[in-house]
Amino acid sequence: MNIIIVLVPLIGTIFGVMYYYNSKEFIELLLAQPIKRSSIFLGQYLGVAGSLTLSLVLGLGIPFLLYGLFKSDAIFDFALLLVTGAFLTMIFTALSFNIALSNENKIKGFGYAVLLWLFLAVIYDGLFLMSLIIFKEYPLDTFSLAATMFNPIDLSRTLILLKLDISALLGYTGAIFKQFFGTNQGLIISMLMLLLWTVLPIWRLVFISKKKDF
Amino acid sequence: MKHFLFFLSLVNVIFGFSQQDKTITICPDCNVKTVREGIKMASDFDTLLIKKGTYKEFNILIDKPLTLLGEDFPVIDGEDKGEIIRIASDNVTVDGLFIINVGTSYTSDYAAIRVVKSENYLIQNVVLEKLFFGIYLEKSNNGKVYHNKIIGDAQDEYNSGNGIQLWYSHNVEVDRNIIQGVRDGIYLEFSDHVTINNNTSANNLRYGLHFMFSNDDVYTNNVFENNGAGVAVMFSKRIKMIGNTFHKNWGTAAFGMLLKEINDAEISGNTFEENTIGINIEGSNRIEYKNNDFIKNGWAVKVLGACYTNTFTKNNFLYNSFDISYNGKLNDNVFNQNYWSDYTGYDLDKNGVGDVPYRPVKLFSYIVNQTPETIVLLRSLFMDIIDFSEKVSPVFTPDNLLDANPLMKKSL
Repeated sequence: MNIIIVLVPLIGTIFGVMYYYNSKEFIELLLAQPIKRSSIFLGQYLGVAGSLTLSLVLGLGIPFLLYGLFKSDAIFDFALLLVTGAFLTMIFTALSFNIALSNENKIKGFGYAVLLWLFLAVIYDGLFLMSLIIFKEYPLDTFSLAATMFNPIDLSRTLILLKLDISALLGYTGAIFKQFFGTNQGLIISMLMLLLWTVLPIWRLVFISKKKDF
Repeated sequence: MKHFLFFLSLVNVIFGFSQQDKTITICPDCNVKTVREGIKMASDFDTLLIKKGTYKEFNILIDKPLTLLGEDFPVIDGEDKGEIIRIASDNVTVDGLFIINVGTSYTSDYAAIRVVKSENYLIQNVVLEKLFFGIYLEKSNNGKVYHNKIIGDAQDEYNSGNGIQLWYSHNVEVDRNIIQGVRDGIYLEFSDHVTINNNTSANNLRYGLHFMFSNDDVYTNNVFENNGAGVAVMFSKRIKMIGNTFHKNWGTAAFGMLLKEINDAEISGNTFEENTIGINIEGSNRIEYKNNDFIKNGWAVKVLGACYTNTFTKNNFLYNSFDISYNGKLNDNVFNQNYWSDYTGYDLDKNGVGDVPYRPVKLFSYIVNQTPETIVLLRSLFMDIIDFSEKVSPVFTPDNLLDANPLMKKSL
């Protein structure tokens, strides 16, 4: 599980940035041709994100299939794992493309991309933890729900965690989380949130690529 | 009077009237149609043989030493009207009955079988269903409750009773019973020197086994499964808990074992598997934990404070989310020669003992104790990182809380 949640975003980010900088000259060449700008950039993005997602789904799926997944009743949990993994790939590739587009300087772009990953994977949780400790006198349920929603990594982690029966450990807060995420409505909302995380960077990608002057 | 004489002679004809220890047969088609009638007729040390059938009776008072023997489980149906059997005499045996529909009362605790101020009783092979209280022993010493089956249908804690309840009853043996679906499976209050062996207590609303102010008791080889909490031991001294299994007591407020104000107890050879909290300890001193297995629990041991001079030796801690949770900085408990599945040290001199001490308290478990909401960060990378840093240089967790001799292999 930690592999999905930590490594998948990292791979998405690094590959996204690397791929964009590598093919920058080729993009410039393509731009000279009578092709729509959005289709060039979207094509680039979908190529990277699509192949990464596919490799994740196949790479995780095939061994588990051979292991006899269909016979076990964990198939829905596993499907959820794959779906969140796919979403994380798409989200972080899109974010890294955005960063690369906004930064001409390769090193700077790389730095920002890794920083972004570090922020969402580690630092965000640290800040989250600090705020929980500092404001522990106050009711924090809604806050922690919201804070989880705004970080795709946390959101995926919580979704998967609640599917495992370890959720009983989470006590009172866990019960509230379960009440929210456990229902279909909660699942839909969190999926929408993940979708939003994917769509927003892609939209910005298209927007910038339209007006950017190379 | 004439009537009675006729009746006596009839009994005479039927049973041959052999001085003592005679048997009175009760069945729906016999002369003696009800249990109460049989008891009235019987003299001391008689046997009442109850044949198969349904007897709609309640408030049956056994006030002389009798044996009630059921054949093919005759049904005694209380029709929810009240208590069913009350034993108020020494040397009573109840065997092989099927008792259903005990009345519910919040003032007099109706029981299927209640023993009051009596000794040397034996209650065995009894099946109880649809009950309020099952077997209620009240100030009754030196008895035996053996091989009974109690199946309740309790829904709420406040309007249900206990399976087997002991109140001021000493030297009682509770053996091989199966209890499920009641509030507390077995409940002891002010009862000393009780042995509880080989019972199965499952699916109860509150506790599988519950001690209150009861000293010098022993329970061994019992199974506690899927209860609100497996066993609650409170305000008791010198309890021995050996070889029991605590399984799947899983839920947001569930425990395998709950210890509160317990002193000088011995806990050994037990298995705690898949409980939210294996053992929850509060204000308990001088307890010896030995050779227990803690497997796949949320918290294996949660120490809540005021626990001194406890020793943990040769236990196996396997795949628990948290091995030990502590909420203070003070530690007076000893951990020695346990096996920890999370131990990452090495054993260069090959003596089976790890060369690096193991710290069972993670920083995360400390933080969760302080701020329960932070548990939502369970299994995040950040937590792994700070746990690691705490392991390298302990700041928040007690410095001396460590197992200096962690075993490399599971102790048997």
